[in-house]
Amino acid sequence: MSDHDYRPKSKVGQWFNDRLPLLTLANHLTDYPTPKNLNYWWTFGGILTFCLVTQIITGLTLAMHYIAHADMAFESVEHIMRDVNYGWLIRYIHANGASMFFLAVYIHIFRSLFYGSYKAPREIIWIIGIIIYLLMMAAAFMGYVLPWGQMSFWGATVITNLFSAIPLVGEGIVTWLWGGYSVDNPTLTRFFTLHYLIPFLILGLVVLHIWALHVPGNNNPVGIDIKKPSKDTVPFHPYIVIKDGFALLMFMIVFAFFVFYAPNILGHADNYIEANPMVTPAHIVPEWYLLPFYAILRSVPDKLLGVVAMLSAILILAVLPWLDTSKIRSAVFRPLYKQFYWILVADVLILGYVGAMPAEGLYLLIARVATAYYFLHFLIILPVLGFKEKTLPVPLSITEPVLGGSPNLAAARNKESKME
Amino acid sequence: MKNLFKLFSIIILIITSNSHSFAAEKVEYLKTDWSFKGLFGKFDRASLQRGYQVYTEVCASCHSMKYLSYRNLAEPGGPEFSEAQAKAIAASFEVTDGPNSDGEMFTRPGKLSDKFVMPYDNVKAAQAANGGAYPPDMSVLVKARGGGVDYIYSLLQGYEEAPSNVSLDDGVYYNKYMYGNKIRMAAPLSDGLVEYGDGTNATVEQMSKDVTTFLMWSAEPHLESRHQMGFKAIVYLIILTVLVYFSMKKIWSRVESEV
Repeated sequence: MSDHDYRPKSKVGQWFNDRLPLLTLANHLTDYPTPKNLNYWWTFGGILTFCLVTQIITGLTLAMHYIAHADMAFESVEHIMRDVNYGWLIRYIHANGASMFFLAVYIHIFRSLFYGSYKAPREIIWIIGIIIYLLMMAAAFMGYVLPWGQMSFWGATVITNLFSAIPLVGEGIVTWLWGGYSVDNPTLTRFFTLHYLIPFLILGLVVLHIWALHVPGNNNPVGIDIKKPSKDTVPFHPYIVIKDGFALLMFMIVFAFFVFYAPNILGHADNYIEANPMVTPAHIVPEWYLLPFYAILRSVPDKLLGVVAMLSAILILAVLPWLDTSKIRSAVFRPLYKQFYWILVADVLILGYVGAMPAEGLYLLIARVATAYYFLHFLIILPVLGFKEKTLPVPLSITEPVLGGSPNLAAARNKESKME
Repeated sequence: MKNLFKLFSIIILIITSNSHSFAAEKVEYLKTDWSFKGLFGKFDRASLQRGYQVYTEVCASCHSMKYLSYRNLAEPGGPEFSEAQAKAIAASFEVTDGPNSDGEMFTRPGKLSDKFVMPYDNVKAAQAANGGAYPPDMSVLVKARGGGVDYIYSLLQGYEEAPSNVSLDDGVYYNKYMYGNKIRMAAPLSDGLVEYGDGTNATVEQMSKDVTTFLMWSAEPHLESRHQMGFKAIVYLIILTVLVYFSMKKIWSRVESEV
């Protein structure tokens, strides 16, 4: 690796770098060889970093004005919206930022699913990613509780009550979570504390996520191992920096549209009604990004099994690298997997749709079928596909994407090494 | 590049189609031309002032507006009463203050810094005076209802004779836009109920529109600056995006690969 050869030019730089090799790190990050064929689906990693930083900065500012008390939380949010300078802007960025964060993370996850980025040697990157995703859901859920509106209160009640499904100790755990016998002030203050903490845990995990990424390097649309650095790669700076920057700006335009012109479209109107333990809203619905899992939860008639199904739906992703038995990474060379992939995308969108609908009649039936298919995809289709599927010939390198009719990757590799 | 556009249009499509699914109500609301909608939407100042009049003369006898202060009435982007007018409005209300140096509460005329005076001391008092139903606080009412301004505007004009198959209890009224069609509030508006200072004919439709406009402002007092800033921000982002696009093309022209 060229990392070790790096030496700062200036004397001061050398003195500093011998004691703390930050400049070596900076050099590693700018020189980092990146596959040159990365498409725009790969720009969402950078976009997600932007989302995290935006949430932390706006969140810190909001925390300076917000009051975590059951009697004052709602009012303090209105104070932010009305009297704090640009408070409305900061809050709308933070609230819509959560949605944009999830939008980006879903694209990021589905990109990984399409191009097989979770496969060896990138399993650890993937598992850290799943932990980040879980923490994001926890942070988003607790953040939604903070304004102390009706949906905050009842959403918190429904979700915390899920723990009561645990046999024997369930009820005790719920009381412990609430800090009382119902969702109340102690619940709000602890949710605020955790909501403040989790983003920094995520930040730490993002560092590990990127660190783990920099060991094998990026996967790429062709999904083959490449030599680094080579004519297949470009240095991260300026090539990927400018491309990520361009995609980020496009993303920010969409983001700005929501913040300035439709700031409440992704929220629920009931959350502008102050929390009232005596009045239950007609439909308790989570935020859009949690709907697929909410649909899975409700599709199982038994409470405990419903919770188990919902958790499994997320945790099953963590073992995905071992469920997918195919040696080929990219769906580009897996004609059958490609079709099942798009069916899965449709399945998750359908789950999201029925999650927003009342759990009855046809909606419930659709939710059940879609839930069953979700698990079928990961537990049966993926493992079997790896053995049965006839994959297309994979190219030798990115620069020579079309290799005349070699169906065998190993043979192709041999040929390559002989040529050198 | 083409793929990128495809990607972003898919994103927008998914989000907008998703958000539509939340609008569960299938009633067609009455429509009117709201001046505050759209890229450059601004409030109609005269309508806001008339709307304030309707609120204060009609709604305020039951509905509080506890997050607003009298100073808001003179602030830019709102009804923009002159400071003298806003002071006079504030002074027309009796505000309980104290305790004074004797430990007594006392009343005094309102000041600009006071919050809107509430019609009832507390929720229980409000319920007791309204047959058990609490008239909701109106500060953010427009944002707290699924249909937003269209819903409020329609509701105010939606009072009808109940169909023969619907039986109504005492103090319950039929409204075709209300969730479940039953509402504890009697029709609040009737033609000529208020006398507009600017000579506008106070029809139910006109008053509904004015007061709903006022409620939109009370829920989103910074709507105008949001729209103005939004336009500038998005134009800025588009220009920057174009510049970065050409920089990217230039930089990537050094390697044989497409962006």
